[in-house]
Amino acid sequence: MCLAIPMRVTKVEGNPDDFTTNKIATVDADGISRDVRLDVVDHWPAVGDYVIVHAGFAIHSLVEEEALRNLELLRELAENMSPELLS
Amino acid sequence: MKYLDEFRDSTLAKSLVGELQKAVTKPLRIMEVCGSHTMAIFRNGIRSILPEGLELISGPGCPVCVTSAPHMDAFISMADKPGVRVAIFGDLFRVPGSNGSLANASSRGAKIDIVYSSMDALEIAKNNPEDLIVFLGVGFETTTPGIAATILAAKTQGIRNFVVFSTQKVMPPPLIALLNDPALKINGLLCPGHVSAIIGAGAYQPLAENYNLACVVAGFETVDLLNGLIFLARQIGRGEAKVENAYERVVSWEGNPRARKMVDEIFEPTDMEWRGLGVIPGSGLKIRDKYAEFDAQVRLDITLPEAKEAKGCMCGNILKGINNPRECPLFNSRCTPANPIGPCMVSSEGTCAAFHKYGLDM
Repeated sequence: MCLAIPMRVTKVEGNPDDFTTNKIATVDADGISRDVRLDVVDHWPAVGDYVIVHAGFAIHSLVEEEALRNLELLRELAENMSPELLS
Repeated sequence: MKYLDEFRDSTLAKSLVGELQKAVTKPLRIMEVCGSHTMAIFRNGIRSILPEGLELISGPGCPVCVTSAPHMDAFISMADKPGVRVAIFGDLFRVPGSNGSLANASSRGAKIDIVYSSMDALEIAKNNPEDLIVFLGVGFETTTPGIAATILAAKTQGIRNFVVFSTQKVMPPPLIALLNDPALKINGLLCPGHVSAIIGAGAYQPLAENYNLACVVAGFETVDLLNGLIFLARQIGRGEAKVENAYERVVSWEGNPRARKMVDEIFEPTDMEWRGLGVIPGSGLKIRDKYAEFDAQVRLDITLPEAKEAKGCMCGNILKGINNPRECPLFNSRCTPANPIGPCMVSSEGTCAAFHKYGLDM
């Protein structure tokens, strides 16, 4: 139920501070394009950003540095392993 | 796909499996709270590579599974009402109440729409002005902000034939209820990823402090899950109990205040019944009086019926992590995905469904 996947923003509509506007992003995930709502996203995305989408709503806008740091830490964890365990 | 493939990298995963073996230095019982984690753990074969001494227990984090029998019965009786059209997330369709399921109601003529988003239900309301559309709100913190936004959109757009039946639940209170149960012995918690995107990793601080419990927030890809387990094993190995975040790209310490503000505008805390866990104070959300016109329970004057649980079904104890599906006398005999008796077998994220699907039924 709580599965949500990262999708790339290709278009942004609406204004985060004006509740009367429709807040919609067009997103693309593996060639599939669809509209998602931006009503509850933590920070307003720009075209090219990635958002985490759950049940039609973006709930988080990914910050590249956070994702890279996440990956870096994982790689460090793996590199510090003793080589015999890799075989 | 960016932000996905690199977290599924098999070379990286292989290294992490080795690291996990090294990190487990004493017996560990870890509860994965979230149903999406349960499925991801099975799907990625994580259970088959767990080091000796590390036991994973599934928790109460499948929203369909913890929906109480009285709520299911109320959903079904509502769907049977003339002029009502019910919109649901697909998982709910076949969950049995005391007398059949929404699928049975549908076959006798009830109007039931399976939707991907609560916003789709609002569209159905716009297109069917003669029907009252009832969206059945089942879910945790990940789902609630969207439902709140949908109610606000209905109000802004003046849509009068859309209501929500809220059985929305919040995560920390049932965990506290479980931790107070001496039958459950765990020393670590794999905290949900997307619930935490909303409530923030900081929400688990009281659990770490008051229950001396290692808490690690993790994502859903293979390396995310392994990383989360390594963090837990190391922390417990060092004798520590703190909150760590292994899903930094999505979860922050404070979560998503914008989403929480939206939820707070529409909903207020209430006591809620959970299947298997009973009524837990402050564990649910009801629609505030200010928005009563969008509350199905007010508009349709619903009282929750007395309901019976299926005889012999151990869903309750399975949700609490006390029993596993193989210990249930109905598992894979009378209760199968084709003919489910309990909700843990119906939902694609239920522990019994996962055990069945991934061959742990032997």
